[in-house]
Amino acid sequence: MAGLELKDIRKSYGNVEVIKGVDLSVEHGEFVVFVGPSGCGKSTLLRMIAGLEDITDGDLYIGDKRVNTTQPRDRGVAMVFQSYALYPHMSVYDNVGFGLRLKKMPKPERDKKIREAARILQMEELLERRPSQLSGGQRQRVAIGRAIVRNPDVFLFDEPLSNLDAALRGSMRMEISKLHNQLGATMIYVTHDQVEAMTLADKIVVLNAGIVQQIGSPLDLYNSPANLFVAGFIGSPKMNLIAVTASDATADTVTISGPALPSTTIPVATGHGIKPGDTITFGIRPHQLVRDEAGPLKGKVLLVEQLGNETIVNLDLPSGDQLVATLPGSAILHLGDTVTLGFDAKNAKLFDTNGDAVKPA
Amino acid sequence: MAAVTEPNHVARTTWRYALLIAVAMIFVFPILFMVVSSLKPDAQLLRDTSSIAAFLPVGDISLDNYFGAFRRAPVGLFIFNSIFITLVTVLISLFLCSLAAFAFAYLEFRGKAVILSIIIATLIIPFETIAIPMLMVVNSLPFIGANGVQWGWLNTYHVQMVPFLADALTIFLFVQYFKDLPKELIEAARLDGASWFQVYRLVIVPIAGPVFATAAILKFLVMYNQYLWPLMVTQSEQVRPVMVGLQYFFQLNTAWGEVMAYLSMITIPVLAFYLVLQRAFIASIASTGIKG
Ligand SMILES: Nc1ncnc2c1ncn2[C@@H]1O[C@H](COP(=O)(O)OP(=O)(O)OP(=O)(O)O)[C@@H](O)[C@H]1O
Ligand SMILES: [Mg+2]
Repeated sequence: MAGLELKDIRKSYGNVEVIKGVDLSVEHGEFVVFVGPSGCGKSTLLRMIAGLEDITDGDLYIGDKRVNTTQPRDRGVAMVFQSYALYPHMSVYDNVGFGLRLKKMPKPERDKKIREAARILQMEELLERRPSQLSGGQRQRVAIGRAIVRNPDVFLFDEPLSNLDAALRGSMRMEISKLHNQLGATMIYVTHDQVEAMTLADKIVVLNAGIVQQIGSPLDLYNSPANLFVAGFIGSPKMNLIAVTASDATADTVTISGPALPSTTIPVATGHGIKPGDTITFGIRPHQLVRDEAGPLKGKVLLVEQLGNETIVNLDLPSGDQLVATLPGSAILHLGDTVTLGFDAKNAKLFDTNGDAVKPA
Repeated sequence: MAAVTEPNHVARTTWRYALLIAVAMIFVFPILFMVVSSLKPDAQLLRDTSSIAAFLPVGDISLDNYFGAFRRAPVGLFIFNSIFITLVTVLISLFLCSLAAFAFAYLEFRGKAVILSIIIATLIIPFETIAIPMLMVVNSLPFIGANGVQWGWLNTYHVQMVPFLADALTIFLFVQYFKDLPKELIEAARLDGASWFQVYRLVIVPIAGPVFATAAILKFLVMYNQYLWPLMVTQSEQVRPVMVGLQYFFQLNTAWGEVMAYLSMITIPVLAFYLVLQRAFIASIASTGIKG
């Protein structure tokens, strides 16, 4: 039974600070996903929780115990690595049972646990094999089995599926999700695949350059990104972001215009702090664009991706900006066609001069 | 693999074997010469060196030189001494050097880089330059053995072992190998609850077979071929190794046949050790599958 509490966690390598003060609390049983671009510090953060990396500054609590200096094995965590990290000289059985053997668990009990884990992961017939005789997906199962038998309070996964092909990734993703429901343990999962993040997470932590950009449920992040970074990072295809000028602002509306966009009034919450003349960013999700002959956005088709159920078009706007729209699969478009698009003003997002989201109305 | 035999392929294989045989000859001939000569009386041995007969067991062949060698020197004792000193040193040094390398490769401690570079730097110091100072050191060290405390280490087995228990080359070999092993393996073991020593014993050692075998062979050769140091520290025949024993055959009149017989005998342990380790080496690569 353990949640997690990170308080102003920092990490420096020499003079370079790579984690710049992370605050996060994780409830017991929660599935938390860290996402962010390569090098943003996801693994470092995870490894600090595991105890594989010293914490330069801040406090880490697992359960209600401060564990900054606790040995990895005493933290009640288990980790699954991207490279699986199976012991090459041991059978699957011994790999899974290694931790139990070190704990001096009696053999019958150990055997029971190993077989139980093998059953959960459907790898009973693999127990006698060596890791070199397994496929990538099977290896990952073994790595997860090794974590399960230790019965940890917290599971840590560092991009566990990124070495697998797309189909296998999909099915393993479902298994991990099932496992989470089955075990009810706290899980922290690092990925840079946003489908994994969106489908698995109770809570997503978006990191960039060692700083938490936003923490929230997948839909929170999708519907109300806190800033430009999150807006651009979550969602596929990416949200369209276009630089505009605030031409007018009232208490609860902002009127924007720019080379790409004729004057448009967007409803916002009061206290938005936008002044006329500010250069701000207008954002709209591709699927929130619809064909509308009277619409404000008109562009030339650059690229058409016909996926059957939907059609993704890239448009070149006269202003030089590019726009991506997800249109119904029935839309037949050709390169060079001119398309006019409109949107519902309440779906539009605005980001102020600092890149922070303006609260919608 | 399917047998696709193009003429080109046959020609290439033939050439490759021809080349391999030629290279093998270069290594085999001296050994052949040694063994064949050990069977011949001195006069014939010297005469044969000018012809192909040097490599053929022809003429007056006998084991006389072997009996002669045993009469001239305590050959069995020398071989025993050498094997004993060598094996003990190899075993202990593999253990110590691999542990040191483990620390250098995986642990974080103050001054690690500096200490490692100092160790590596000792590689460039020839043993000859430190032999005399070292002699003075060992001559004044105490040793607690079966007969209580004794001062001075001369004329013992341990004086021939202790200075070689740790060496930079062996440590370096292990460090390089350990650094190439996936770091996650150690981390996984740490999370599984292994102490550092358990990581060493249960995870690293079992997959480091190839480097242990390599280090063992190199160390074996160094130790078995020791000459200068044992010459300096052993005045008593009881603890003398084989290379120093060779002197017995160069006194007054050199008996070349007996020299060859002696050399043939002292080469056998080297070959045996090498063959055994080579098998272990291949077996360990195959079983850990670490390269696949
Ligand atoms: N041992 C180290 N010494 C110095 N810098 C390091 C070390 N380990 C990581 N870093 C740096 O810390 C930053 C964060 O690395 P980290 O591995 O946590 O990124 P990540 O988010 O996991 O990226 P990826 O998605 O590529 O795995 C990177 O800029 C990296 O260069
Ligand atoms: Mg990473």
